[in-house]
Amino acid sequence: MPADQISPPATDDSGPVFDLKGVSVSYGDRKAIEDITLAVGRQRITAIIGPSGCGKSTLLRCLNRMNDLVRGAAVEGTLRYNGQDIYADDVDPTEVRRRIGMVFQRPNPFPKSVFDNVAFGPRLNGVRKDLDSTVEKALRDAALWDEVKDKLREDAYSLSGGQQQRLCIARAIAVSPDVILMDEPCSALDPIATTRIEDLMGELKTRYSIVIVTHNMQQAGRIADMTAFLTVDVGEEGRRTGHLVEYAETSEIFTTPKDKRTEDYVTGRVG
Amino acid sequence: MSIQTLPLTTRSPISRRRKMKNRIATSVLVLCLLAALAPLAMIIGVVVRKGAPSFTLSFLTTTSISLSDRSGGWLHGLFGSLYMLGIATVIALPLGIAAALYLVEYRIERLTGPIRFFTDVMTGVPSIFVGLFIYATLVGALGFGTFVGALALALLMLPIIVRSSEEILRLVPDDLRRGAYALGARRWQTSMNVVLPAAGPGLITGSMLAIARALGETAPLILTAFGALQIVTHFQGQPQAALTLLIFTGARSPFEAAKAKAWAGALELMLLVLIITFIARLIARRGSRGSR
Repeated sequence: MPADQISPPATDDSGPVFDLKGVSVSYGDRKAIEDITLAVGRQRITAIIGPSGCGKSTLLRCLNRMNDLVRGAAVEGTLRYNGQDIYADDVDPTEVRRRIGMVFQRPNPFPKSVFDNVAFGPRLNGVRKDLDSTVEKALRDAALWDEVKDKLREDAYSLSGGQQQRLCIARAIAVSPDVILMDEPCSALDPIATTRIEDLMGELKTRYSIVIVTHNMQQAGRIADMTAFLTVDVGEEGRRTGHLVEYAETSEIFTTPKDKRTEDYVTGRVG
Repeated sequence: MSIQTLPLTTRSPISRRRKMKNRIATSVLVLCLLAALAPLAMIIGVVVRKGAPSFTLSFLTTTSISLSDRSGGWLHGLFGSLYMLGIATVIALPLGIAAALYLVEYRIERLTGPIRFFTDVMTGVPSIFVGLFIYATLVGALGFGTFVGALALALLMLPIIVRSSEEILRLVPDDLRRGAYALGARRWQTSMNVVLPAAGPGLITGSMLAIARALGETAPLILTAFGALQIVTHFQGQPQAALTLLIFTGARSPFEAAKAKAWAGALELMLLVLIITFIARLIARRGSRGSR
């Protein structure tokens, strides 16, 4: 099915992209995050920040049902994407993932050529025609085209780490997703490569909604429109459960946070 | 006096004793290594020395029916061995890799243990049993021949391929699988388009070892291929020759000519295994160059 035909009529693209109400995720009998309620805006960059183990990545992974791949993972509450409950019984998780792209912490290109990496998604969707232009467009959008146009047939591992990460972004946007989820996309990159990815995200948000998990508060401050701050409570028997403390405009989180815990975290007093 | 002030050339008694221990341990290990390598070197030496005189072009390219005749060669054995090995590979390779893929990619934890135990047992089954099994179940109906011989070899190869492929597939980083799933790939698509290509060279190397092992098998062929003294192209129904079977009969025969040919056959077999191993290495090296 071509990527541009997969939007069913039931979607509602006037409201938020994601609407989470009381979302909890547990792995087996361990609750990783509890009672998260927030709405993610369209064509904005939403950052999720917080100390290690607060469930940032867990929260991100339940937005495209990647948690399904983790044994024993269970999601409670409602999670609507364009108005549709993505955890409804009749929803196919692979369809969800085709519309919601994801970029991982460490660049993970496939051991294939640069071209085949970007063409992977379109090929999955049965696209055979105009692959060249699809790939070129995705690479241009990921600000990588000029660097790789002469080595499309070369192994993706011959690229630098930053280029590999942009290749992964190109791979994600080649299927024309609606949303791109990024799980600490710069944590394995040097500052220059990080800057390039941040610039790129600024351009991408004109067309995509982006949710980024970052442990780097400055990064959230630089790029995000909205910021969610999560923290972790250590309960009985050392169980750690993540909670949403505050969710607001990024400037507000960093300058006039309402919660003491947010203030302590963003000013570097804890975490 | 503190140790820092001593010149670095002084040795305390303790350090001297440790040094001694170290030397002894090193020599023992080197001796063990030599003891392990010596039989191997001797086997290669004897096979080359005894096999080389009869290892001629005519040995490789002609056939002879007579055991006592010095002229003529064992082309029929080479042909039969490769014929059966080819069929056995075609059967065992896809089956074995598919089974391993199922075990690893579909994460059937309930089945992994039993299947692993089963393949381990299969690997340890004496190969004559496999020959007997095929003899009891199929040879009665189908007769001796290429196919039943190949089937016996395939049964021996299967557990080795399953186990080696399983280990190789587990080495494929989960990052790659996640990358594919995040693009909306289904499990089958992820397995075929990402995991298999990434594991490809390793899978081939592991399988090559199974192939080399099957090439050297004699026992399972005695009751299935049975042996022949000329080139047999029949797929099934006619007894088939194999290098190992010819070595077996040649070495036991009273004729000097046949014994000499058995040594040449052993050398031929050894070279074949060497070539297969070499190809496996080549593939593995080429495959690993591109990845991290």
